[in-house]
Amino acid sequence: MKYLDEYRNPEIARRILDEIHHVTTKPWVIMEICGGQTHSILKNGIDQLLPEQIELVHGPGCPVCVTPLEQIDKALVIAAGEDVIFTSFGDMLRVPGSEKDLLMVKSEGGDVRIVYSPLDAVALARKNPDKKVVFFAVGFETTAPNNAMAVWQAHREGLKNFSILVSHVLVPPAMEALLSSTRNRVQGYLAAGHVCTVMGWEEYIPIAERYKVPIVVTGFEPMDILEGILLTVKQLENGTATVENQYSRIVQREGNRPARDLIGKVFQISDRKWRGIGEIPASGLTLAPKYQEHDAEIVFDVSALKVDEPAECISGEVLQGLKKPFECAAFDTTCTPQTPLGATMVSTEGACSAYYLYDSTSLKKAGLASQETNK
Amino acid sequence: MKNSNNKPAILETGTDNFGECPLPITGHETVQLAHGSGGKMMNQLIDRLFLWAFDNEKLNQLDDQAVLSIKGGRLAFSTDSFVIDPIFFPGGDIGELAVNGTVNDVSMCGAKPLYLSAGFIIEEGFPLIDLKRIVISMGEAAAKAGVKIVTGDTKVVNKGQCDKVFINTAGIGLLEGDYEISSHNLQPGDNLLVNGSVADHGMAVLSRREGLAFDMPIESDTAALNGLVSQLLQAGGDAIHAMRDPTRGGLAATLNEFAINSNVGIKIAQTRVPLKPEVAGACEILGLDPFYVANEGKLVVAVAEERTQAVLAAMQAHELGADAAIIGKVVAEDNGRVHVQTRIGAWRILDMLVGEQLPRIC
Repeated sequence: MKYLDEYRNPEIARRILDEIHHVTTKPWVIMEICGGQTHSILKNGIDQLLPEQIELVHGPGCPVCVTPLEQIDKALVIAAGEDVIFTSFGDMLRVPGSEKDLLMVKSEGGDVRIVYSPLDAVALARKNPDKKVVFFAVGFETTAPNNAMAVWQAHREGLKNFSILVSHVLVPPAMEALLSSTRNRVQGYLAAGHVCTVMGWEEYIPIAERYKVPIVVTGFEPMDILEGILLTVKQLENGTATVENQYSRIVQREGNRPARDLIGKVFQISDRKWRGIGEIPASGLTLAPKYQEHDAEIVFDVSALKVDEPAECISGEVLQGLKKPFECAAFDTTCTPQTPLGATMVSTEGACSAYYLYDSTSLKKAGLASQETNK
Repeated sequence: MKNSNNKPAILETGTDNFGECPLPITGHETVQLAHGSGGKMMNQLIDRLFLWAFDNEKLNQLDDQAVLSIKGGRLAFSTDSFVIDPIFFPGGDIGELAVNGTVNDVSMCGAKPLYLSAGFIIEEGFPLIDLKRIVISMGEAAAKAGVKIVTGDTKVVNKGQCDKVFINTAGIGLLEGDYEISSHNLQPGDNLLVNGSVADHGMAVLSRREGLAFDMPIESDTAALNGLVSQLLQAGGDAIHAMRDPTRGGLAATLNEFAINSNVGIKIAQTRVPLKPEVAGACEILGLDPFYVANEGKLVVAVAEERTQAVLAAMQAHELGADAAIIGKVVAEDNGRVHVQTRIGAWRILDMLVGEQLPRIC
């Protein structure tokens, strides 16, 4: 596959790995922000091939995982309503709320549908004028332009039966929150390539300066991640802390200007609760006043719903990079992708799910990484 | 996860036991779509409810077909229901699929499929022209596979009580050799072969589903595999230890069932599994793993080392096996687990899907 195979080439991987081994002299803790990166690291077994001194910790960049319980409970209430078509990306359907998930609402008769784009939900609203069509707008800056476009289009067409349940979070405030924590262990960041595709990387410069951490904008293919790690380790070893752009084939310094403009028009910055982390000031988006007739929280009057997080799941500590999934007593015992206690076990981008599926640490222990297959 | 647990199950967590009733699924009191997806939840339903209720040595084998000794001969018997949406898709339709699916299930133990039944559940208001198209397609598929549809049943239900048309087929076939081909019969040292590219069917169906805003030039691989199987048996004989068509749950489900049922380890190499570029691209865009996507014209064969090249050559000589490949090996370690070597040389576990990746793909 053109534009993908080049970034999965085993010989180039070996060369970058050799260089990482060559430049690494001290132990370093590096956090990859994005769940897509976590998934790629474990799916490709990148962590098995790194020097022992390099510890990768998995960041809060899985939008499904950081969506607070109360937003999911709001979704469940709305989805169970009369004359509602509730649409969502697939991953959200299995995330447990306080008592059930969206798939269970569906099996009880709720009209819950998977869509691949919020614009498909707008099309459903157009086709079903007697139904209220709701899209669960979950995500980081990456999905914000699409969701903004959906609302903008629906508004322009006067589709009053279309609304979105907003659970949008922003990456830089979360990075700062982690760095300013007294328990912080992170020494360098792989910034999320897709987020930076939209937003650019200028907003990371003050973070790198203030907290003295190197930040490398990194893509998602094995080569991208290895190169991102190499650039970060080089900075750490040299004592520098600047923003570098590994993902330059996609990401520009100022990001995608039309997308940013649309986000600015449709959304406004607000405080947001993060599952497992708590409320972070100015870390999320809500609809701007002009578009509030498309805000499902207002349309369905659910904004007052408040729910506390369950205590048994350590997903908060996993999301902050303080613990690894297998350090949780529930991991692979009472908590599995079938019976998830926390969202990190549900989403395929969640750290717990990735460990459950690919289990690379126990492989490492068993010494399988050096064996050959198919002789 | 055990596949042949014939004792009443006990809930592990979640809601309390309802008396002695074996509530099959942790935390669920109603049937979920994922219970039919070919993954772990379906296996639990089978394990904890159906096997518990029907308990017998033939069913407990959990192969795609039962092999029955009757008056000195051996028959293979299998059934499958088809509820695919859409009913017409690139490369096939529900009728062709219903014939090929059961022909393949019967064939996977080395039997020669002979006779099929066909049961139709039809929604009131379903266009007769579409029904005609489907049964013509079934007739053609049966003729091509060399089987006869010899008995059937028709039910019509009120509008809204089923979706257009559901078809059940059952089939019987004759086992002529003394083969012991079963998912319980893999041996360490066996090689694993597949007859071509994976994930074509699932992605072809997905491309026609509502909510997807792009078209893909991908066709279903639906095909009757009995002709290919008879060629493989000639080339491999009793060196063929197991065969299975990786339908729902994809290649990953089949390999896991092999590893669990035979209590062996399986190692495959990602780069050796044939995958069409357009299918790989579609999977990338939609975030799907082709190892979990359904096939309807593929089989995975476990064959002893000494006959591997002969079986591979027989596959490649057949029209349904031009892209056949050796994808991995059966080993005597990490029993019950499937490992895949990634492109960059590291290893990871290839687990079964828990729930569903796509609803109703076969």
